[in-house]
Amino acid sequence: MSGIAAGIRLAMFDKKVCILESHYVIGGLNSFYNMKARKFDVGLHAVTNYVPRGTKGAPLTKLFRQLRIPYEDFKLKPQNYSEVVFPNKRITFTNDPKHLEESIAKEFPHQIDQYIKLIEFILSYDNLTLDKVETQTAREFLNEVFTDQTLIEMILCPLTYYGSAIENDMELGQFVTMYKSILLEGFARPDEGVRQILKVLKKKYKEVGGELKLRNGVTKLIRKNELITEIHTEKEEILTADLIISSAGYLNTLNLIDGYEPQTPQKFTGMMSFMESISCLSKPQTDFNYDASITFFNTRENYLYEDAKDFIDPCSGVICSPGNYQLDKPIDEPVIRITNIANFKLWEDLKTNDIDKYYHQKEDSYQRSLKEVFKFKDDFTSAVTFTDIFTPHTIKRYTGHINGAVYGSPVKTKTGKTPFDNLVICGTDQGFLGIIGAILSGISISNLYGLVK
Amino acid sequence: MTEEEVRSAVVKIIEDVAPDEDLSEIDDNKALRDQIELDSMDFLDIVMELRKRYSVEVPEAEYPELNSLASCVTYLTPKLKDK
Ligand SMILES: Cc1cc2nc3c(=O)[nH]c(=O)nc-3n(C[C@H](O)[C@H](O)[C@H](O)COP(=O)(O)OP(=O)(O)OC[C@H]3O[C@@H](n4cnc5c(N)ncnc54)[C@H](O)[C@@H]3O)c2cc1C
Repeated sequence: MSGIAAGIRLAMFDKKVCILESHYVIGGLNSFYNMKARKFDVGLHAVTNYVPRGTKGAPLTKLFRQLRIPYEDFKLKPQNYSEVVFPNKRITFTNDPKHLEESIAKEFPHQIDQYIKLIEFILSYDNLTLDKVETQTAREFLNEVFTDQTLIEMILCPLTYYGSAIENDMELGQFVTMYKSILLEGFARPDEGVRQILKVLKKKYKEVGGELKLRNGVTKLIRKNELITEIHTEKEEILTADLIISSAGYLNTLNLIDGYEPQTPQKFTGMMSFMESISCLSKPQTDFNYDASITFFNTRENYLYEDAKDFIDPCSGVICSPGNYQLDKPIDEPVIRITNIANFKLWEDLKTNDIDKYYHQKEDSYQRSLKEVFKFKDDFTSAVTFTDIFTPHTIKRYTGHINGAVYGSPVKTKTGKTPFDNLVICGTDQGFLGIIGAILSGISISNLYGLVK
Repeated sequence: MTEEEVRSAVVKIIEDVAPDEDLSEIDDNKALRDQIELDSMDFLDIVMELRKRYSVEVPEAEYPELNSLASCVTYLTPKLKDK
């Protein structure tokens, strides 16, 4: 996503651009696939940062302007409402921030004044300065604002799930960005899912003259002093470029450089990965009272966002019903998607050592995941006609992310710089997460290194 | 290009860069930023379009010359006189 956005910007101003993609379709973490005559999205629960057309200064408005794509083309349909469900507490939010404020006033009346202060802080926060360093983490900051731990965790739950590469916390700047994009702006979904967005981006890229090579990943980068002089590909082509922008991840990119040992690789190795199940239903999800667009949940006393000790941690997660958006026509087939934190190493070892056990474990973990959800939601298993499940292994296999880490490196490289003068990174490891974040990252990095300089 | 032509060339570029802004009531002597929503990314696009359409280079240090329509005309007319 970030790569194609960068490509559009550069090609638009007559730069000769070539995108090399390992996979045979574009999209990376947010791609799509077909299975048994069904179309599935890899990720896409929700497009964040949703604002109505023409909203001044909003990231989504900037994105369309910079890519010269009409707002309507993404066909974004706003959410109904979403919720955060904890034992004995539930807060709801829509694309109108007043709704969340009222919900918090109802569930946490003693914290509402502090909540209003939090919003003031968030609105006045400058998250455009790329090299800003925060001394506090989000949790440390929230501990100073609120006295109620449950409220702190209910705020952290959706934000960590949708964008934290570190355990049980997030960087403060990242927290503010995510807060704005999810809890102040909000969620939407293109009628046809992620394909719609990818189709529009790809068309634009071709229109402005960009070249796209699929199934032709980069295998090796050759360096001479501080410059990358050659790019070697899977199809044994050798390319040269004045500027290389990589969306493959910071460490993955440095690992491609021939004869180069990246320093402190552990620092850049993420681990937060997920299992996701997609249950296709014969009846609408609303028949089972799944009315929210997205449900973030936690069934423990304390919310844990950390690497799973077992294959999955069923006690927290995300439930997404793609049909619960203000769509023009009902979705072809009702679907419920459930995401849980999953342990990369356990899944990877099983897949390598015992493929049968791997498939059994998928089924077992799916059942454990459902069992936990049915503690607070209705059981929909009677309507399930088809299920697909993907694991951290699947994520690694199709996107190259080390450890299947969806949010990449715990340490972000906001300036995009690498030790090499003509090599920069964009996307996840630059620190802009999610679909909209990735696109904006591609735009800012290409502007900075490809156009201004 | 005459001054009038330079002005319309710049207006055309802004229309393309920021299609959702209304330029009909722009005051030439006031900063563009104060009248319509234009951020640094949009200014970059104006510079890029000048290069693409008219081969005019505006170095980063001179971006402030594009502050208002009047300053754009003063700054760009000599550069565009043979175009
Ligand atoms: C299950 C799941 C659900 C998600 N849900 C949402 C959601 O609802 N909303 C949201 O906003 N975000 C969601 N995300 C996150 C979002 O998908 C990512 O943040 C975003 O797509 C990241 O984009 P990117 O450009 O940084 O990187 P990536 O998507 O990782 O793209 C990197 C690309 O580089 C390619 N590549 C890697 N190595 C090489 C190489 N050597 N040579 C050539 N190509 C290479 C990969 O194939 C890939 O296409 C979800 C992610 C997952 C996994």
